[in-house]
Amino acid sequence: MTLPGSLDEAVAALTAMPAAVPVAGGTDLMAAVNSGLLRPAGLVGLGRISEIRGWRYLDGHALLGAGLTHARMGRPDFAALIPALAAAARAAGPPQIRNAGTLGGNIVSAAPTGDALPVLAALEATVIIAGPEGSRREIPVSHLLAGVEMLHPGELVGFVRVPLLHAPQTFLKATGRTGPGRATASVAVVLDPARRGVRCAVGAVAPMPLRPLEAERWVASLIDWDGERGPLDPQVTTAFGEYVAAACIPDPAPAEDGGEQVTLPPAALHLRRTVAALARRALGRALA
Amino acid sequence: MTGIADGAGAVTATPAAGTPVQPPPPSMGLGISLPAHDAVAKTSGTFPYAADLWAEGLLWAAVLRSPHPHARIVSIDTAQAARMPGVHAVVTHTDVPGDAAHGRRVADRPVFAKDVVRHHGEPIAAVAADHPDTARLAAAAIAVEYEVLDPVTDPEQAFAAEPLHPDGNLVRHIPLSFGDPDVVGEVIVEGLYRIGRQDPAPIGAEAGLAVPRPDGGVEIYTASTDPHADRDLAAACFGLEPERVKVVVTGVPGAMGEREDPGMQLPLGLLALRTGHPVKLAATREESFLGHPHRHPTLLRYRHHADAEGRLVKIEAQILLDAGAYADSSADSLAAAVSFACGPYVVPHAFIEGWAVRTNNPPSGHVRGEGAMQVCAAYEGQMDKLAAKLGIDPAELRLRNAMTTGDLLPTGQTVTCPAPVAELLEAVREAPLPPLPADEPEEEWLLPGGAEGAGDPSAVRRGVGYALGMVHMLGAEGTDEVSTATVKVTGPVATVICAAVETGQGFTTLARQIVQDVLGIEEVHVAPVDTDQPPAGPASRGRHTWVSGGAVERAAKMVRTQLLQPLAHKFGMSTELLTIADGKITSYDGVLSTTVEEALEGKELWATAQCRPHPTEPLDETGQGDAFVGLAYCAVRCVVDVDIEIGAVRVVDMTVAQDVGRVLNPRQLRARIESGITFGIGTALTENLRTSRGVVRHPDLTGYALPTALDVPEIRIVKLVEERDVVAPFGAKAASAIPIVTSPAAVAAAVRAATGRPVNRLPIRPQSAVVNRG
Repeated sequence: MTLPGSLDEAVAALTAMPAAVPVAGGTDLMAAVNSGLLRPAGLVGLGRISEIRGWRYLDGHALLGAGLTHARMGRPDFAALIPALAAAARAAGPPQIRNAGTLGGNIVSAAPTGDALPVLAALEATVIIAGPEGSRREIPVSHLLAGVEMLHPGELVGFVRVPLLHAPQTFLKATGRTGPGRATASVAVVLDPARRGVRCAVGAVAPMPLRPLEAERWVASLIDWDGERGPLDPQVTTAFGEYVAAACIPDPAPAEDGGEQVTLPPAALHLRRTVAALARRALGRALA
Repeated sequence: MTGIADGAGAVTATPAAGTPVQPPPPSMGLGISLPAHDAVAKTSGTFPYAADLWAEGLLWAAVLRSPHPHARIVSIDTAQAARMPGVHAVVTHTDVPGDAAHGRRVADRPVFAKDVVRHHGEPIAAVAADHPDTARLAAAAIAVEYEVLDPVTDPEQAFAAEPLHPDGNLVRHIPLSFGDPDVVGEVIVEGLYRIGRQDPAPIGAEAGLAVPRPDGGVEIYTASTDPHADRDLAAACFGLEPERVKVVVTGVPGAMGEREDPGMQLPLGLLALRTGHPVKLAATREESFLGHPHRHPTLLRYRHHADAEGRLVKIEAQILLDAGAYADSSADSLAAAVSFACGPYVVPHAFIEGWAVRTNNPPSGHVRGEGAMQVCAAYEGQMDKLAAKLGIDPAELRLRNAMTTGDLLPTGQTVTCPAPVAELLEAVREAPLPPLPADEPEEEWLLPGGAEGAGDPSAVRRGVGYALGMVHMLGAEGTDEVSTATVKVTGPVATVICAAVETGQGFTTLARQIVQDVLGIEEVHVAPVDTDQPPAGPASRGRHTWVSGGAVERAAKMVRTQLLQPLAHKFGMSTELLTIADGKITSYDGVLSTTVEEALEGKELWATAQCRPHPTEPLDETGQGDAFVGLAYCAVRCVVDVDIEIGAVRVVDMTVAQDVGRVLNPRQLRARIESGITFGIGTALTENLRTSRGVVRHPDLTGYALPTALDVPEIRIVKLVEERDVVAPFGAKAASAIPIVTSPAAVAAAVRAATGRPVNRLPIRPQSAVVNRG
């Protein structure tokens, strides 16, 4: 167990002992250790690296430290900056988990139900990865989550770069109970008035957040960005919800021999209805 | 008001000169909220549970469990595991010296699977090693060759399937027949209901410590709720006389039925006997989910016949309980399900056929309210359906059919105890409904899905539902329900020795209150429980309030007589004319006044007594018989908010009226009712241990969602009917099980009212609570 004080020291510690595992909040990792699923040869604790526990501004972006806890991201000052990420952080579990669990941990464990992930996907955030000898590289968070690019041995997620859009954002999540629980489906919607774009990501229904790009472009073309045509017709938000849901949970492909069309099982149909309702509500609230 | 009451009121309204002296509220005895003596230790985390036990030189055990729900065991090779450094012993079925099978009612369950595994998680072998990790690794190193068989997971297929067990697939069949089968009602409603697999999910997982004794016996320290039964089955499996096995009960961290999994205690004892060392095991959450018994998943088909006014004419039902691979107490659960299949209603004709069958699903057994809870969800669903068909208010329809003392159960038994069913329903019906949040700012509404959820006020519908339930107390069908208690008085202190286990139900507090009441001694201790004491039976079905409480009262009264007899003799009066209060003995005329300590003259007084309620009889081949000692009733009104697009349900209000006989400890009673309602909300909304072809999915507390504080509203108890049951000690009825039986049905009724959907499956799935709009 080592407790480095800087990102580069942490990378050096990991390089020196490749079998060691980095640990931040430990909400996933220590549960695996305690249940005997994981026996790390060593641990590199990231809790004392103050440079990754806060955030700063960087030319129109926020540079978020990977060690930011959900509790910190849920506070009002952060919510004024990136409202959807704050909403996701507040919904991310009971207080004990939010006090310990970190943004970087959410990305690295990449659980389908990770609440921050659809928000980061919708924000088109990038991840700054620290490597040996002070090297840094930057990749889109979606590449990391989709496995297009991987973390190499000895590398650590240092920061997350998020654009500051100065526009409404929403994050909505459906769970099985009123108390904190894992998402059965979640939707993040962010508006980008500068680029006249709407970006949406759906979490928990697939191994990684899904982006319904066509639905985004379609609804962005109908939004009154200049304040000339008035508010969006409620039918449009309803259609957007259904568009998003159908894109994320598509009908099964028709049988090749032209046989009977297979329909989705009832549970999948319900999930699709849930995604449609969440996407409609999320867009409606963002535009309200 | 009557004239007499007026007169009495006038007297108290005009007190005599001077200020009336209010007697101070009693600080001890029955009827007060005496705090539990271990409350502070439990809330501050210093109370020791079985997982905290330690012994010098102890070894750690791990159990190897089957990954398959159904497989033939071709071979078990323990050689590699036994050779691992730090491993002291590996045991399998070949090491079980005595009877190779055990069980609550029928000995049909092997300690370790021999030729066949019949459910996912069945124990196959166990290891003792000097470190818990070594034990776990060694268990994983045992090579078992399986020939995987097709599991039988649909209980309806169990009838035709190959026998899963030498005893066959049918555990019990009850074809209850009551009245005339040819009667037909003017209105008929039918329904099919499914109840899921609830896990008792005790907050403290199973743990135990086994210590070998110099005489070749063994002591097992565990949170057993039925220590003598556990001792007997352990002794049989170890091939020892019962006297050489001692079960010592440790702190019980939550019990919702039979708490401990014998599949853990038995390997523990075997390993201790084999190694000669103390052996400890603390189950992981996953093992806990796999090992202990669950609530029976149940399939129910109902047909209700009624006349045009909504009076029930006939009920026909088929009830199928999934017992899992072993019989356990499924026969008892089936008897309760069949007997209470019509609910607390007057039904002149009833034809109820019930089966409990074996499958390769996780084991089922005693979970509080078993049998009665499943049928309550179904018969109350039928009552809602009948009300809708006749256009009668659902509460009104229930009132028209409510049972009362003197009515018959479909088993032919006459209800002799108080049965204030209509009074309970009226009480919850008259209670004011919770206000709509319309006047509060929208941001402060707690919508379905929670404070940070996706709830949308425009999609939320409110529903109000009613349910009535009934449950029996004590073991049924001729079970010899008996408990023995000893009371000792030394100086100013009394001690109760009784093997009734404090599971959180409050027995030790009640025992202290009983002794305080009878002997006027404030300081009462309750001794820890072990099997060297006489048996008190299982802590279930409200037994201990009745039989153990009754035994404590008798023993205390015997001590009282011993104490007062010499004094009474000396003063030439009977003992009835003497009273004991606050440690002082006084006579009716005030001539005699002495203290208990003086009267004792340094002697120690002991008395032991038994309580055995009147006997019951088994149900006969048509389901008839006086099978139950006592019955309890409850009415619940539930208010829910449903997000009808997503299907999220939030319980807004639970209003309860309960038939309790007599309130012995108001605070404890409230806690029992709140706990039962909370458990019932879990049954109704989230708790279902899912399986896929017999394999348990997500055996953890993330996948298995228990209700949190946000899921449970404030529970309002609007009426406690205190009509004493003359055959019960103190006239009190057990209070824990009946809210569990009734509340799931009330939640389902409320969701039905909010959505107009049938809601015939528990827990309620979101897709069953969604309304298509347009």
